[in-house]
Amino acid sequence: MIIKINGKSENIETKLRLNELIRNKNLTPAAVVIEYNGSIILKEKWADILLNENDNIEIVSFVSGG
Amino acid sequence: MSFYDTYLKYKDFDLNRDFNLSQLTTCLNKDKLELTDFANLILPLDGQHLEALAQKARALTLKYFGKTIQLYTPIYLSNYCSNECIYCGFNLHNRITRKKLSLEELENEARFIYDTGLRHVLILTGESRQESPVSYIKDCVEVLKKYFSSISVEIYALAEDEYADLVKSGVDGLTIYQETYNENIYDKVHLSGPKKDFRFRLDAPERAAACGMRSINIGALLGLSDWRQEVFYLGLHAKYLQDKFSSIDFSVSLPRLRPQTGNFVPEFDVSDENLVQAILALRIFLPRLGITISTREDPLLRNNLVALGVTRMSAGSTTYVGGHTLDYSTHNLGSSSQFEINDKRNVLEIQAMLKEKGYQAVLKDWMQV
Amino acid sequence: MAADILEIAGKEIKSRLFIGTGKFSSFSLMREAIKASEAQVVTVALRRVDTSSKQDNILDYIPKDCILMPNTSGARNAQEAVRIARLAKAAGCGNWIKVEVISDNKYLLPDNLETLEATEVLVKEGFVVLPYMSPDLSIAKRLVQAGASAVMPLGSPIGSNRGVKTEELIRIMVEEIKIPVIVDAGLGRPSDACLCMELGCSAVLINTAIAVSDNPVNMARAFSQAVTAGREAYLSGIPSQGGSASASSPLTGFLRKEN
Repeated sequence: MIIKINGKSENIETKLRLNELIRNKNLTPAAVVIEYNGSIILKEKWADILLNENDNIEIVSFVSGG
Repeated sequence: MSFYDTYLKYKDFDLNRDFNLSQLTTCLNKDKLELTDFANLILPLDGQHLEALAQKARALTLKYFGKTIQLYTPIYLSNYCSNECIYCGFNLHNRITRKKLSLEELENEARFIYDTGLRHVLILTGESRQESPVSYIKDCVEVLKKYFSSISVEIYALAEDEYADLVKSGVDGLTIYQETYNENIYDKVHLSGPKKDFRFRLDAPERAAACGMRSINIGALLGLSDWRQEVFYLGLHAKYLQDKFSSIDFSVSLPRLRPQTGNFVPEFDVSDENLVQAILALRIFLPRLGITISTREDPLLRNNLVALGVTRMSAGSTTYVGGHTLDYSTHNLGSSSQFEINDKRNVLEIQAMLKEKGYQAVLKDWMQV
Repeated sequence: MAADILEIAGKEIKSRLFIGTGKFSSFSLMREAIKASEAQVVTVALRRVDTSSKQDNILDYIPKDCILMPNTSGARNAQEAVRIARLAKAAGCGNWIKVEVISDNKYLLPDNLETLEATEVLVKEGFVVLPYMSPDLSIAKRLVQAGASAVMPLGSPIGSNRGVKTEELIRIMVEEIKIPVIVDAGLGRPSDACLCMELGCSAVLINTAIAVSDNPVNMARAFSQAVTAGREAYLSGIPSQGGSASASSPLTGFLRKEN
C-alpha cells in the first residue's frame, strides 16, 4: 500500500506497524521523533499503530543548526 | 505596590554626603545617572560648577526638546475650599471672597484666552466636593473642549474611577503637587480637610496614570522644608513614574512659596541659585522630564531659565477666579487670589521674549481626534 | 560580593557563551569546538530524517552536561514553529526551545509578530521559550509579558558576521527589559561578543563565526574569553567618554549679576 513518508510516496507491505517501519528503515528509535497523520506519537506507542493506506508520516531528528 | 513603598525605602537617605567636586566631571559625563549621582548634583556647589551643570543641562534639553517652549495659562474655576493649608490663599479660614465661575463666565474666559492664541489650559479649583464636584469640573471641560486642544486639571486628589471619568470627558493632563515629601511637615502645614491624607495625594499621579492620563506634572512647594530634600524625593517620584508608565509624558514644577492672603512666611529659604540648581539637576538626572515654570517667578529669572532646561511656561496668568475677564478692581471682590504672581506678561510679550532668545513658543502642541 | 550568575528558567547557566552547531565541517570538530568554548547551552535544529542514508546522531557529539536548545528553524509562521517545538520536545531532550520564525529568505530576518504568537502558545504548553527576534522594544516587552525566559535580539543578519549593527536598540533593550537579553546572530568577532557583554547583555549566541573559521577550536576559545572579559568589564563599571569643559559662565552668570 502507498503511504507518505517525509513528503515522499512509498510502497510498503500491508499490516505493518509503526515500530516495524522504523526498524525496517534502520533508524535508531532514540534518535527520531514521529508525527503520524499530524499527531506526535511517543516511542512507547509506536507498536500500537497499524499503518493504513494514505497515512502521512513525518520522521524527524535533531541536526546541526544555529 | 505604589510609590509610597519606594519612598519609604529612601526615607532615611542621607543627603549630606561626602562628595569630591572633582568627581563632578565624572558624574556629568555619565550617559545615565543613578540616584546617588542625582543626590550629588544637589549638594552645595560654587558658581563654576553650577555653570558646568548648566552646560550639560542645556545640551540635554536641546537634544530632547529642541528650541521650543510650550505655553499655557491657568483658569481658576472656583476658590471654595474645605482644606486648611497654612501656605495657601484659599485656606478655608481665610476671609476672602469665594467665587465659582458659572458656565457662562467660563465661556467668556475661554473666548478671551482663545483669542490670545493659546490652546493649552490648566483648570484649577480649591477642594470642595460641594461647590466644585467632579460633575462641575466635567461641565467646565465640556465648555472648554470647544476652544482648547488640551485641558489639564490641577484639582484635589481623586479616586481612580474619577480620573477615568475625567479622561473620558476630555482631560489629558494632570497637575498635582505633593507640596512636601516630608510626612511630618506635611502633617503640620495641612491642618484639616481631606488634603491631610498624605498617602492618598502621593498615590494620585499613579491612579491617574493607570487611567490613561496623557501627561502628568508633579511638584513640591519649595520653602516648606529643606529644598534639597524636596527635590531629591521629587526626582525619585518622577523617575518611579517614568519607569512604571513609559507611555506617559511626565514633568515637574518647582513652585517657590509666594506672598498670599494668610501671610504665611516660609521657614526655609530657597534662593535663585537653589532653584536653578534644582532645575539643572533634574534635567541631567531625567533628560526626558518636562520642567514647568509658572509666573510665581519674576520675568528676569524666567527669561534666564529658558536656556537652562525649562520646557513649559505659563503666560498671561492670573490666580483669581475668572481673572482673565472679571474685573477684580471695580467689582470689589477683594484679595481672592491663590498667590501673588510675579510675571505679569501676556502671551504676546512672552512670545516676543522667546523669539528674541531663538526659541519658538508653542501655543498648540496637539489636538484630540 | 554576590556571585554573578546567569539564571534562565530557574537553572544556573555556567557560561554566557551559547553555541550553535550549524555549518561545522564535521561533527567531531563541532564537538571539540563546543568543549573549547565551554558553552553550556547548545542549539540544534530539527529536520526530516534522510531514510536512504545512514547518519550519525548529532546528540552523540554534544557533551552530556550541555543544555540542548532546539530551534524552530524552517518555520515560516507561528503555527509551524509550534509544531516543530512540539516535535522537538517529544524527542525527550528537555523543554527549551529557541523560537525562530523566518519568512524572509533574502536576509533571514525574523518575523517578530509570528514569533510573539508562537511564544504565547508555547509558554502556555510549558516550554522554556527563548525567542529570536529583531530588536524592537515593544515586541520585547510583549514577549516578556507572554512569559519568555529571555529575549534574543539579532546583532546583524544571520551568517553575515557584520557585528553589532543593532547596538543602540540592544542598549535600550538591556535598559528596559528585565529578563536576560541574549544577542544572537551576526556576531563575527570575539570583540563583537565582548561589546555585547559590555553593554550589559546576559549572554551571546555564536555559530557561524566559530564554525567557518580556519580554526574553530581556537576561535571558540577566543569567543569564550571575550565573553568573560566583556562581562567583567560591565560588572566593574565602564567609564563613559568625557565631554568638554568650559571656561566662562554664559548660562548662569546672571545669578551673580555678571555680564
